[in-house]
Amino acid sequence: MPDAGPRVLVFSTNAISDPGIDLAGSLHMHYSPEVVVLSLPCTSAIRPDWIVFALEQGFDGVFIASDGDECAYLADCAKRSAQIVGRAQDLLAIRGIDDRRVKMAAICSVCAESFTRQIREFTAALETLGAA
Amino acid sequence: MSGRNEARTEPRIAVYVCQCGGNIGDYVDTNQVVHAVKDLPGVVVARHAMFTCSDSNQQEMIDDVAREHLDGFVVACCSPKLHTFTFRGVAERAGVNPYRVAQVNIREQCSWTHTDDPTGATSKAMKLVTAGVERARLMKPLHPIEVPTTPRVAVVGGGVAGMRAAIALADVGLEVHLIEKEPELGGHVGKLGAMYPHGTVGTELVHRMLEEIDRRPGIEVHTGAVVSAKSGTFGNYRIAIESVGLRTEVTVGQIVVATGFDSYEPATGEFGYGSPRVVTLPEFRRLLDEAEGPIVRDGRPVRSIAYIYCVGSRCGDRTYCSRYCCSAAVHASLLAAERDPSVRQYHLYRDLRTYGRNEVMFGESRKRGSYYLRFADDDPPLVSIDGERIRLTVHDLLTAGAELALEPDLVVLVTGMVPRANDELIGALKLPVGRDGFLNEIHPKLRPVETVVDGVLIAGACQAPKSSAESVTSGLAAAAQAAAVLRRGVASLDPQVAIVDSGACDGCGECIGSCPFGAIEMTGTGGTVVATIAAAGCKGCGACTPTCPRNAIDLQGYTDAQVRATIAGLLAGRAT
Ligand SMILES: Cc1cc2nc3c(=O)[nH]c(=O)nc-3n(C[C@H](O)[C@H](O)[C@H](O)COP(=O)(O)OP(=O)(O)OC[C@H]3O[C@@H](n4cnc5c(N)ncnc54)[C@H](O)[C@@H]3O)c2cc1C
Repeated sequence: MPDAGPRVLVFSTNAISDPGIDLAGSLHMHYSPEVVVLSLPCTSAIRPDWIVFALEQGFDGVFIASDGDECAYLADCAKRSAQIVGRAQDLLAIRGIDDRRVKMAAICSVCAESFTRQIREFTAALETLGAA
Repeated sequence: MSGRNEARTEPRIAVYVCQCGGNIGDYVDTNQVVHAVKDLPGVVVARHAMFTCSDSNQQEMIDDVAREHLDGFVVACCSPKLHTFTFRGVAERAGVNPYRVAQVNIREQCSWTHTDDPTGATSKAMKLVTAGVERARLMKPLHPIEVPTTPRVAVVGGGVAGMRAAIALADVGLEVHLIEKEPELGGHVGKLGAMYPHGTVGTELVHRMLEEIDRRPGIEVHTGAVVSAKSGTFGNYRIAIESVGLRTEVTVGQIVVATGFDSYEPATGEFGYGSPRVVTLPEFRRLLDEAEGPIVRDGRPVRSIAYIYCVGSRCGDRTYCSRYCCSAAVHASLLAAERDPSVRQYHLYRDLRTYGRNEVMFGESRKRGSYYLRFADDDPPLVSIDGERIRLTVHDLLTAGAELALEPDLVVLVTGMVPRANDELIGALKLPVGRDGFLNEIHPKLRPVETVVDGVLIAGACQAPKSSAESVTSGLAAAAQAAAVLRRGVASLDPQVAIVDSGACDGCGECIGSCPFGAIEMTGTGGTVVATIAAAGCKGCGACTPTCPRNAIDLQGYTDAQVRATIAGLLAGRAT
């Protein structure tokens, strides 16, 4: 883990959670610059092995900013995304990686404060876990 | 050799890093970012610019394509929500496939988030741009999918903004459903007498607009009605209109939301509110509009009036200025002076914002005998009510802070605009709400009526406080935007849809149930059955991709290879 703190990869969604994360920036809310965001159309499109790949490559945690009930594509998006996280955690267990390094939360398009708070909490939790 | 030679293995990419004036440049050292990426594989041009979106920079990009035979760009600037189309347009004009442009967000998600840490922001920007280059190297040319659109618009809210939008839409040949919650169209203007700056009577203005609406058979008006649900996709949305227990479903191509504002309601006791002789600006307007001759309140003649400005505005959670209220109050004082030229009028203000031509009204009101007293932000006037007497004290900054005491017959609280409580509509249409509670456009100047919800536009005072003319102008802007999409008859849909590698697919069919749009089917002959995805039916969510046990499905623009390359790029510069 670098001095600047845990490296976190956030998967966001183009229409819902990414605008929420943008809003946090527009409001100059701060979190660690080691947090970086990769936006997709929908979190149900995440392959479990991307999460594993990210952690194996050097990220200390992966945060999935899902659409919750707001997904424009899928009524059951929250359930599907949770299943993907579950599958990723199974793959991590096989590799002996702590499954607390993956976290999912619903972030809406105006959830700037909630995102900032949750990402800070996640960063702090990863700090106690130490380097991946 | 052609720059768009798609057989070439390593694409030629240009990287542009925006300073966005100081928005990025004040926190991210863009020079260092350029330096970090200029030697990455594929990068043949790397430079920074004061504004990458400026005309001059766009021209330089086009020149670079010709000179350097570019295959794609990486533009590191603001959120892609703002400029994806700008830079795709530049690519198109330069002869580069627009889907080979990667926009990297180093403003909202970097410089603005890390204003407290320029070193951290710079190092993060380097990683984000490196990842953008890695993604761009794997971008393939794609071509938009065209689908027919429905030439019909739902306008929600029948105030001046919504009515004017409906008229404009009908005039360009689009059908309109104008949906108003109240029993009558007109909104706030429909209840007003003479209005600034032109003196037109609000009720008459609305009456004329109603006649215009009646003349256009393409406009169907639903009063006492609300929108309770929305489904479908861009250009073809299905909405439910509910009116007195009746539910109608209609298909529309675009939705314009023009649901207006509410007036601030002071708390009891706030500047004496609750006393019959302390009224809000809307109440005062009713007093002026509903009678003639000298002003009477509570059975008593009103010979002197004190206006207290900015009540409930620019304080606490409501930090914004409501823009209209200074002008509306000055204008009301002119109407009061017309009713009774001898009435004494005192305006107690913080800052007087009678902007533009409205300044003339301010001059006129002073000529007619209005007095203006200025109080400090943290020292508002005190109102005490003692039976029949109102006593008002104020420290007037214009007379060196002298304490002045007034005993007016009537106090008018100049109240501003507050967002309308509209939870059901906000939930049904997933409308983006800003910190101030008004609806949010993508960008106040660049995309002033569009929201992050595709096909849902906003107009009028639901966006922010606006005067009637400003509301009408934005109603027209929304109409123009909706018409620009629907008059073409077809919408160009994003070609970033899922595709199956038929060589890798073993025809297991696992993916079929994952698509709620029914876009996947099994096709084939003679024993080899594979999944195929109908491009026009695919919405590009990618939900089928993780269901394939053989990783045979990719979402274009977000392929397995691109996502892995991006993840690796985001770790660039990692200390080992
Ligand atoms: C006291 C006062 C005096 C003013 N004087 C002037 C003046 O002199 N000059 C001037 O330029 N401006 C003046 N204004 C400002 C002017 O009223 C506004 O600029 C204008 O009303 C904004 O128009 P709008 O259509 O955006 O909103 P509104 O007038 O608020 O209309 C919105 C409409 O949407 C409807 N609606 C809301 N929610 C829903 C829903 N969920 N479903 C369906 N329908 C819905 C509402 O019922 C309403 O009819 C004054 C305002 C006030 C309060």
